[in-house]
Parts: sequence; C-alpha cells; structure tokens
Amino acid sequence: MFESLSHLVLQQYWWIIISLLGAILVFLLFVQGGQTLIYTLGKTDMERRLIVNSLGRKWEFTFTTLVTFGGAFFASFPLFYSTSFGGAYWVWMLILFAFIIQAVSYEFRSKPDNFLGAKTYETFLFINGLLGTILLGIAVATFFTGSEFSVNEMNFSKWEGAARGLELALNPHNISLGLAVFFLARVLAILYFMNNIDDENIFSRSKKQLIYNAIPFLVFFLVFVIWLMFIDGFAYDPVSKKVSYESFKYLHNFLQMPLVMIIFLLGVVFVLLGIGKSIFTICTKGIWVAGVGTILTVLALFLVAGFNNTAFYPSTYDLQSSLTIENASSSKYTLKAMSYVSLMVPFVIAYIWYAWKLINNKKIDAEEMNEDIHIY
Amino acid sequence: MIEHIDSALVNWSRAQFALTALYHWLFVPLTLGITFIIAFMETLYVKTGDPEWKKATKFWMTLFGINFAIGVATGIILEFEFGTNWSNYSWFVGDIFGAPLAIEGIMAFFMESTFIAIMFFGWNKVSKKFHLISTWLVAIGANLSALWILVANGWMQSPVGMHFNPDTARNEMLNFWEVLFSPVAINKFLHTITSAYVLASIFVIGVSAWFLLKGREQLLAKRSMIIAAIFGLISSLFLVYTGDGSAYQVAQKQPMKLAAMEGLYEGSEGAGLILLGMPTPGKEINDGKDNFVFKFEIPKLLSFLGYRNADAFVPGVKDIVEGGFEYEDKNGELQIALSALEKIEKGKLAISALSDYKKAQKLEDVVKQEESLNIFRENFKYFGYGFLNDPKSIIPNVPITFYSFHIMVALGFYFILLFALVLFFIFKGKLIDKKWLLRLAVITIPLAYIASLSGWVVAEVGRQPWTIQDLLPTVASVSQIDASAVQITFWLFTLVFTALLIAELKIMFKQIKIGPKEGGH
Repeated sequence: MFESLSHLVLQQYWWIIISLLGAILVFLLFVQGGQTLIYTLGKTDMERRLIVNSLGRKWEFTFTTLVTFGGAFFASFPLFYSTSFGGAYWVWMLILFAFIIQAVSYEFRSKPDNFLGAKTYETFLFINGLLGTILLGIAVATFFTGSEFSVNEMNFSKWEGAARGLELALNPHNISLGLAVFFLARVLAILYFMNNIDDENIFSRSKKQLIYNAIPFLVFFLVFVIWLMFIDGFAYDPVSKKVSYESFKYLHNFLQMPLVMIIFLLGVVFVLLGIGKSIFTICTKGIWVAGVGTILTVLALFLVAGFNNTAFYPSTYDLQSSLTIENASSSKYTLKAMSYVSLMVPFVIAYIWYAWKLINNKKIDAEEMNEDIHIY
Repeated sequence: MIEHIDSALVNWSRAQFALTALYHWLFVPLTLGITFIIAFMETLYVKTGDPEWKKATKFWMTLFGINFAIGVATGIILEFEFGTNWSNYSWFVGDIFGAPLAIEGIMAFFMESTFIAIMFFGWNKVSKKFHLISTWLVAIGANLSALWILVANGWMQSPVGMHFNPDTARNEMLNFWEVLFSPVAINKFLHTITSAYVLASIFVIGVSAWFLLKGREQLLAKRSMIIAAIFGLISSLFLVYTGDGSAYQVAQKQPMKLAAMEGLYEGSEGAGLILLGMPTPGKEINDGKDNFVFKFEIPKLLSFLGYRNADAFVPGVKDIVEGGFEYEDKNGELQIALSALEKIEKGKLAISALSDYKKAQKLEDVVKQEESLNIFRENFKYFGYGFLNDPKSIIPNVPITFYSFHIMVALGFYFILLFALVLFFIFKGKLIDKKWLLRLAVITIPLAYIASLSGWVVAEVGRQPWTIQDLLPTVASVSQIDASAVQITFWLFTLVFTALLIAELKIMFKQIKIGPKEGGH
C-alpha cells in the first residue's frame, strides 16, 4: 500500500507520525506536571501516597512515548537526530538525566532501605517535572527560533553555538514555550487528579490550583503564539531547495493550510473548554477534553513547523544548513519499510486504551492503598 | 572530510558508552529471563489454583519490578547517546540503524509497559486468565525489544542489506529482511537472550538456596529451584549451541576479533583452542616474545570451530595486519589478503574520490563525477580504513578480549554443571542436606553477572576500532564536542548510576530478607 507513494509523500507521512507522537508526548507530560504538585496538593502522607500512586500507574506511558519519539525521529529523520542531539548536547543531556532519575523514583520511593530516602526520590520526581517539561518545550521552540549549526557536504553537522545548546535557554521565545509546556503539564495533571483520585481534600485543592496554573499557561502560550504569527519564518524553495527568510511565514502556513488551522483552533478551544468546565462546573472529565485539545494543538504546531516548504530545524548560523523534511529524511526504501511498521500504531493505541480503562475503572482511593497490590 | 579529532574525545566518548551500556546490562538480563520464570509460575497458579504458586509469582514479581525500574532508567540514555555522542555515526548509518530502534519502541516497549501495569495493578481488576496473558506479554515484549536492539548491534558487526549513496554520503537500506535475518544478528539475539535466561535462573536458584540455608520458605524455594534449574539447564545447552554459532560468525566476519579472543598473534593451520592460558603482558606483533606465558590448548579445535575444518588456516593478529595469506571470499574463491596498510591506502582513495565527486557535482563536471565514482566504488570496501593512519590501530585490546572470552566460556560450562547438580539432588530429595551446594548456588549469582558482562566486553572491545565493521571507525563516528564536556557527563553518569545501583541492591537485599508475604507485596 505504500509502494506507489513518492519519497515526498512518505516524508510528509512520517512528519505527521512524528508530530502525532510529539503531541501525545506533550499530553502525557501531565505525569511530569503532577510530580511538581505532590506537596502542593498532598498535605498528609496518605494524600501524597494517593498522588504518587495515581501518577505511578501512568509514568511508563510517558517514558515509553519519549523513547519511541526518539527512535521514530532517528529512523525517519536521522539528520535531525545527529544534528540536534550531538549539537545541543547539554540540553538533551539535562533532559535525559531528568528522566533517568524519574524512572527509579516511583519504584524506590516507599521501599524500605532505599539508600537515598523518600524525600530524595520525591525531589527527583520534582526535578523531572520541572526540567523535563521546560527543556522539552525549549527544544521544540527551536523548530521556530532556529539554532546555530552547520552541515557540511558529507552531511556531518557541527554545532556553532558556544554553550552546546544551553544558549537556547536564554532565548525569551524558547523560554515562553518552555514555561507554557510546564504550566500546561500542571494543568493537565490537576485535571487528571480530579478524574482519577477519590479524595475530597485533593479535589478541592486541585480546583483552586487549576486557576493558578491555567492563567500563567495561557499567558505564556499566547505570548509565544502571537509572536509566532508575526515573525519571519524559514521557507525553502520547493525546486531549488534554497532556504530564505519569509515574513509572516507561520501565519501564512496557517492560512495556506486551513485544515491545520482548524485543528489548531479546535485544539485551543478544547483545552480552554476542559479547563473552564472543570473550574466552573462539577465536571471531572476535563482531562479528556483538554487532553484531546493538547494533542490537536501540538500536532498543528508541528505541522506548521515542517509542512508547506518550511525548514523544521532552521540554522540561523547558515540558512542553507537548515533541515527540512526533504533533506533530513531517511531513504525512500527505509521510510516505506517503516511505514508498514507504522500500521501497528493504531493497534498499539487500542491496547493501551483498553489497559488504561481496565486499571482506571475505579478511582484510586485510600482503601485501595491498603490492599495487597503493588504500591509505590 | 573529518577535521582533526582529539583522541581524548574518542576515548571519553567510548568510556561513557561502555559505562552506560555495562550499567544497563547489569539489569536487563534478569528482566529478560525472570519474566518467563514468573510467567511459568503464574501459569501453574492458574492451572492448579494453588495459592502457594501465586505467592511465589508475586515474590519474584516484586524483585522484577525493582530491577525493571533501574533497567529503564539506564536504558533511555543508550538510545539517545547515539545522537549525543556519536552523531556522525547516526547520520552515516541512521537510515539502517534507526529503523530497529523505532520498531523496538513501537512494537516492544509499549507492549511491555502497558502489560506491566496490568501485571502489577490488575490482580483485583481483571480476570485471572487476562492477568496471566498480560504476564506472558510482558515477557514477550521484553524479549522482542532485545531482538530489535540486537539486530541493530548485529548489523554493526556485519553490515548487510545496504549500499552507500554518494549523493547523501551515507549508507542506505536496500533489504530490510537481510538486516533482520542476518546470521550474525540472529546468532547474537539467540545467544544473548539465552544467556539472560541462564542468569535469571541462577539468580532464582541462588536466592532460593539462601532461603533453604536459612530454613525459610521451603516450599517456595524448592519449587522455584526446580523451575529455574530446568529452565537454566535447557537454556545453557542452547547457549553452547548459539555460542558456537556466534564464534563461527566471528571467524567469518571479524577474523581480528577471533584472533584477539584467542590471543593468536601468528596464525596457523590446524590452530588449537586455548583452554587456559596467560597472554604475555605487553606483547606486540613482531616483538619476538612468546604469545603466552603458559597455555593449555586442545589441538585443531579452533580451526574446526571457526571454519568447520580441523586443518583450516586461522589468521592471527600479525597475519591480518600484514596480509599475504590465502582465504576464501564469500563466493568461495581463493583470495590473497591485503595488508592493513594497503587497505588504509585504498580507504583513503575512496574518501578522496568521494570528496572529488562532491566537488565535480558542484562544478557540474559529469566526466569527473563518473571517474570519481568509479574509483570510489572500487575502493569502498575499505572505506573505514581511510580514516586510520597506523596499521596497528586495527588491533583491539588483546588481553581484555582474551580474558573476557575465556572467563565467559569457563563460567558458562560451570553453570551447566551447577544446574545439573541442583536438579539431581532435588529429584533425589537431598538438596536441603547439601549445604555446600546451596552455598555454592548463592555465590554463583555474582558470577552469572560477570559472565554476562564479559560477553559484551568480548563483542564490543573485540571489534575495535570499528563502530561499523570495516566501514566506520570510532574516530570518525564521534560527535565533535569538547572532550571536557564528555568527561563531565561521564562522571555524572558514574555518580548517578552508582548511587542508583547501591539503592537497588539495598532494596533488593531487603525485599529478599522480608521474603514473600501471604498475598505478596
């Protein structure tokens, strides 16, 4: 079924898959957001235990999505993999360290004789929630703000930024997206707790915290998006492949791809709806509405970054080194082979959905914490 | 093409990869094997309804959970390290190497992590049967992930199913099935997972033996030992078989690695296999020193194992560096081996021809393009050698490779004996009286880890200087970062992973001491 597709169509297909994985990842970062709220929402040991266990049943989905996102990016756009990971060394290393310390923390936190103490593992979870979200936001923002690197005729890349990626964290636009992701993750976490934990105190604190986190999220998100509509973007000529600045490029992308604009607007509306309904009504399903909204919004942002002849990983050091879905991708053969593999994705999503429902059919409560099951 | 590379950078980058990979491998094999042991136990529980089996299932599951978490923690870095520290490599072979990593995520990791959630949290939420299926799927998912990453590793040892595209300056996949079913990859996968089953079996036997020595949990311990000893014995026999297959592949595809494994400096016909020996410290080729301080060998066995012919010529380190010996190529024709120096010259020709091709392309000089491409194609086989200068740089560290190989093999045979003894005394009903055997089982646990890690040292140190055999050496694969940056992350990894390892061990020991609970956890 993929045999007759052109290389370009396969590249676009894979950019959609990467975008979708990225979008699902941002939604699943609610686990990270929740890790920064353990002490804000949990005032007693039992409350904190409920929060940690509620998140602990989901952290692996986020983690696995991150790993798959990386693997899929490597397989489909290896030049991005080699340029960005090898270049922005410190940003990626910090992100990785933040996830390394997360992976053990749930399992080790409440076990006797755990060497570092429960507090340390809770701190690890907090660091993961803080750095993981902000730095991933910053890394994605560079799809629009660019980085300083060059790619030679052998496609070996060289990072020209002095601080090996840390310089990216000084760009105010990158920071605004980073903070938007951070507060979004906290908002989603709060909505998730309202849906998943059966505890009145946590619920009422969540409702209050929701407003405190929704406002900064909206501010940082709007600042980033409005700025995005006005900046010069990185366009490339579909024939000569030359990259150049184009005024209002991302605004043009939305206008020239109305479907993407609709996805984006729908996404934003859903996020607002999920938040609004949870603040003003007794609705506890906000996580699903805002979750779908998050996925749609992020998907649209990725598509705007890579489609419509736009360089998705621009180099401000040397425009012609910028990466596009055409020059950074795998060969036609590999994309085709991987496309067959991608047919498994709906099946994977289906069984995750099914398993999630089985585990979540009843809210987590204090009683369950005393049952003979696996407790963090 | 490649600017001057700081050798400190290459060394630190290699050290970091070795460190993170070895730490990761401290946790993976137990996961791969114990999930099957748990699945066997839960199957017996579902079949018999005997709550003792459930108790055993849950006890081993707790240990698995602790181990799994740190396996995940140490695993994520390996995937991304290809990008962060080996970025040129990532481009040069990403078209082939990226695919198995992506498939691993899509196919295996999600399966594993989804059904782990049911396995741990679903006891009271799903039916017994569905829970059992989930446990099996965790085992299968874990082993599938091993398949894909080992296919990727196998491909580095013996690149197949691809061609070099001069326009993109990278290797591109031509045949996915050739990559997946490459004999090196299949042998590597089977050998590695069976070694993991052996390690997990020894772990279960050792912990159970400790209970018996303490006079605790007798039923659980005996039952666990029976399952683990049978599983271990079958796996270790298969391990010998796949080990032989792996060594045969090494002889064909990586003769230098074979020479290093055996400390064979000067090749010979009817070469013997070293049973026990000590390579001369500081030995170099042509220095006139003996290869070994002492050695015991089985005559002709190396020739037989490597080439299925007791009189076959096995080239030594010196032969491979200096060339001049006859060998059969893959079409079965006799060839005279080139020396490393000749290969380096040809490699340099290939690299400069590629560069000429790129220049001619810019000038749109079609004749020159064709000419350069012809030179390139003629010499591409030795492309990687072009990045080297000293012929001796194709020699890996012989003592490390030799000792790791012999430790692995010796321990592997010892494990077979241990499994057989445990089974023999269990069926005679005298195991509890054999305190010496129980103690031996306990102290064998760390030996299983040593054997397993040694296996990776053989595979990876033995193939130096190559990341991709003959096509790309480490020096050309590395990301251009300040060596000091890699040094900092190296020490950070050392610190974090060591702290986590200590935590893991303490938690494990404590949970073993606590032992199984009625109902578990």
